[in-house]
Amino acid sequence: MLSILFYLFATVAIFSAFYVTKARSPVNSALCLVTTFICFAVLYIMLDAPFMAAIQIMVYAGAIMVLIIFVIMLLNLGTAIKKRYTHALVWGGGVSVLMLFITNVFIRRGEMSGKVGDVTTQTIHNYGHTELIGKAMFTEFLLPFEIASILLLVAIVGAVILSKREV
Amino acid sequence: MIGVYHYLILSAIIFSIGTFGVLTRKNAIVIFMCIELMLNSVNLTFIALSRHLQNMDGQIFVFFVMTVAAAEAAVGLALMIAFYRNRESIDTDDFNMLKW
Amino acid sequence: MYDYLWLIPFFPFVGFVINGLFGKKIRNEAIIGGIGTLMIFLSFLVSCGNFYALLHDSEKVHQQVIASWMSVGNLQIDWGFLLDPLSALMIMIVTGVGTLIHLYSIGYMHGETGFYRFFAYLNLSCFSMLMLVLGNNALVMFVGWEGVGLCSYLLIGYYFEKQSAGDAAKKAFVVNRIGDFGFLCGLLTLFWALGSKGVWTINFVEIAENAHLLESGGVVVTVITLAFFLGACGKSAQIPLFTWLPDAMEGPTPVSALIHAATMVTAGVYMIARMNGLFAMSPDTMMTIAVVGACTALFAATIGLAQNDIKRVLAYSTVSQLGFMFLAMGVGAFTAGIFHLMTHAFFKACLFLGSGSVIHGMHHGYHHAHLHDDPQDMRNMGGLRKKMPITFITFLVSTIAISGIPFFSGFFSKDEILWWAFAGERGHWLLWLAGAVAALMTAFYMFRLVFMTFFGEQKTDARAKDHIPESGLTITIPLMVLAALAAAGGFLGVPHVLGNFFGHMPNYLEHFLAPVFEHAQVLNGIAVKPELAHSVALEFSMMGASIGIAAFGILGAWFMYIKTPTLPGKFVASFPGLWKAVYNKWYIDELYDAVFVNNCKRIGTFLWKGFDVRVVDGIVNGTAWVVKGIGSGLRYTQTGFLHNYAMGMVVGVVVIVGYYILGK
Repeated sequence: MLSILFYLFATVAIFSAFYVTKARSPVNSALCLVTTFICFAVLYIMLDAPFMAAIQIMVYAGAIMVLIIFVIMLLNLGTAIKKRYTHALVWGGGVSVLMLFITNVFIRRGEMSGKVGDVTTQTIHNYGHTELIGKAMFTEFLLPFEIASILLLVAIVGAVILSKREV
Repeated sequence: MIGVYHYLILSAIIFSIGTFGVLTRKNAIVIFMCIELMLNSVNLTFIALSRHLQNMDGQIFVFFVMTVAAAEAAVGLALMIAFYRNRESIDTDDFNMLKW
Repeated sequence: MYDYLWLIPFFPFVGFVINGLFGKKIRNEAIIGGIGTLMIFLSFLVSCGNFYALLHDSEKVHQQVIASWMSVGNLQIDWGFLLDPLSALMIMIVTGVGTLIHLYSIGYMHGETGFYRFFAYLNLSCFSMLMLVLGNNALVMFVGWEGVGLCSYLLIGYYFEKQSAGDAAKKAFVVNRIGDFGFLCGLLTLFWALGSKGVWTINFVEIAENAHLLESGGVVVTVITLAFFLGACGKSAQIPLFTWLPDAMEGPTPVSALIHAATMVTAGVYMIARMNGLFAMSPDTMMTIAVVGACTALFAATIGLAQNDIKRVLAYSTVSQLGFMFLAMGVGAFTAGIFHLMTHAFFKACLFLGSGSVIHGMHHGYHHAHLHDDPQDMRNMGGLRKKMPITFITFLVSTIAISGIPFFSGFFSKDEILWWAFAGERGHWLLWLAGAVAALMTAFYMFRLVFMTFFGEQKTDARAKDHIPESGLTITIPLMVLAALAAAGGFLGVPHVLGNFFGHMPNYLEHFLAPVFEHAQVLNGIAVKPELAHSVALEFSMMGASIGIAAFGILGAWFMYIKTPTLPGKFVASFPGLWKAVYNKWYIDELYDAVFVNNCKRIGTFLWKGFDVRVVDGIVNGTAWVVKGIGSGLRYTQTGFLHNYAMGMVVGVVVIVGYYILGK
């Protein structure tokens, strides 16, 4: 059952991702991107990470996509005239396939190792995913968390300055 | 049974597609979306490995990647607006001011 | 009192800073000159206090460390001062004569543009000289050593708008640099030589204590002392390097008196005296010094015979007298050398200041008559004794002193040098002969100068001759004081035979300086030859010979310039070649130009046009050319299109990651 679900959502994700690159209208691209994001959220749930799935929906499918759509509308971008680099198509395709090949080799080799922790499925079920994340975030990773908040603040200020008409 | 390898292969495929999009498209917003795609595929890798190693750190990292992505979206889109205001276009062919 | 030692160089430095920084604003000559003179006078007072304290102190060596300069490994170098009888005597001379010359300068430099500049430099040179004299290690001495060289340059070039003054300043500086090179070589070799024996020091007291570690008479000591002697040659104008001093007369006359007669040029003599322990260990060096000194004394005296410029005669006389001092050092008569240094400071300063007074008067006269004749040419003078009586008397006293007439200061000091040259263990009768002939010529040309300037008919242009006044008080007071010192200063060092004659008058100076020199002299067997030491008859006959020589010189001058004034002309006519050679200073300058200067220029030109322009510039320009070529080729790769850069990045990542993954 889980396998079928995984293959289903994986296929949808791949196809919609491909359509993001292919769609002529940016709005279509954006919609396909949302589809991919949602598929990813499902996969996160299957990976016992419901909190990540929730913020995936909220931040990506929600906030960032709204921002992108908003900009598309603001700039009034219609359907793009069919303009692609033909030579870039070849090069880009070649490089992408090569990259896929290399990563596959790496994954197949199965040399993934690291510090094995104690967060089993059982722990997640007992404590709840959100609580575990929160604990880690506000104890061990408190400083990066605060720095991230400052980064966001700076980004807001930067965005405001950049989009002001006259500086 | 679905193992960590499946997830990793999936994220590799998505990442390659994102790369392909970045390299072939001309519309800056689409390129931007492709970059988001690549970031997401990396997130997937992080979470998959985090589960595989029974360790929370990868998920925390994903959280920060999302933060950075949000910041990037804000600044990047603001840049695009600023550029559009100058050139009436967001076609990357017009982004050639680095030329000799 | 010794705690205030640092004040001695400090006061002139303060004067330098005040006059140098604010002199231009102050403008008032009385204030500027007053500050300059006051500072050196305060320094003189402190010196007097220290001198007096030392005189009544059984401990004769005092050091004061102000601050640490550098500390490297075992080597500790301080800003420290050393007071012993030698430096005490020197600071008395420097500050005493310095004060008088500062006072004199107020009158002499009146109305000059850059009056403040002159006093600033003068103070700086006193400061440097005091650092040189008081420094307790060779490096502090070297600071002073370079400082006086710099001041000499600045003051010779005081009238920098004059081409000849600028050239003379540069010449002095360059020639001094050669000497400084020798000094540094000597210092470093000494440092290395003592260091290899385990003593890392350049402190004079410690050098003296540890000198015995070096092999007496060995190559190392000889090399060290010869290098130091080269330094002394440069600073004190000895034979290979004496050419700068006569040219230095381009500076204002007080400068000639202070730097080029009384203080700076004696630095070399002082340095040898300061390191007498080392020098005494190398008989070869001592012999070299004695020979060079004797030759210089003789050689410069011959040139002095034929000069017509009043200051040039005095300049060659200075070189000659410095030669006497080196002769004294060379035969081990350190006390006699320092004694002559002191008396020379008195009478030569007086002579220079007197000549300055004459020039001042002549200049005044010419200025009044709107003439542009040379106020320094003795052929235009004559009969000035009635116009400038004080100048004349003081000048005459000093001339008698330098000529060696008994009971004037020069007689005692010169006679002691000649006695040591003849009777000392390291003396030789040839050295004595050279000294005696030089003394004869000294008496001759000095009285020639006096006769040409002050006696006979006044040969000045008729329009100017009645407007030559006696100089003012600021000029005549120093003259009178110095003349008094020149007359009486010799009684500080009366030789024993004469002292006995006067009723047990001791040789104060020898007694005073004994702690500094006696050790080295005893250790290295420097003394008067035992078979001659108690020969009173011989010493008296030597003295008699000296007196005879002086009298003969004076009479000769009188005969040639007063009795039969046509005689010099006839003499010139009968030996035209000889006269011309002497008049042109034996063509030494031309010789140096041909041998050293022009070849240096040629090498310089080659290095400039051949090496620098072609090779060095070629490499530099070639590098730039290659980079430019590569750049102009590569810039076409910068298309400016975003995609090309993105593609480049991705390809780069793929290649690198691929290399690591697939390459394993």
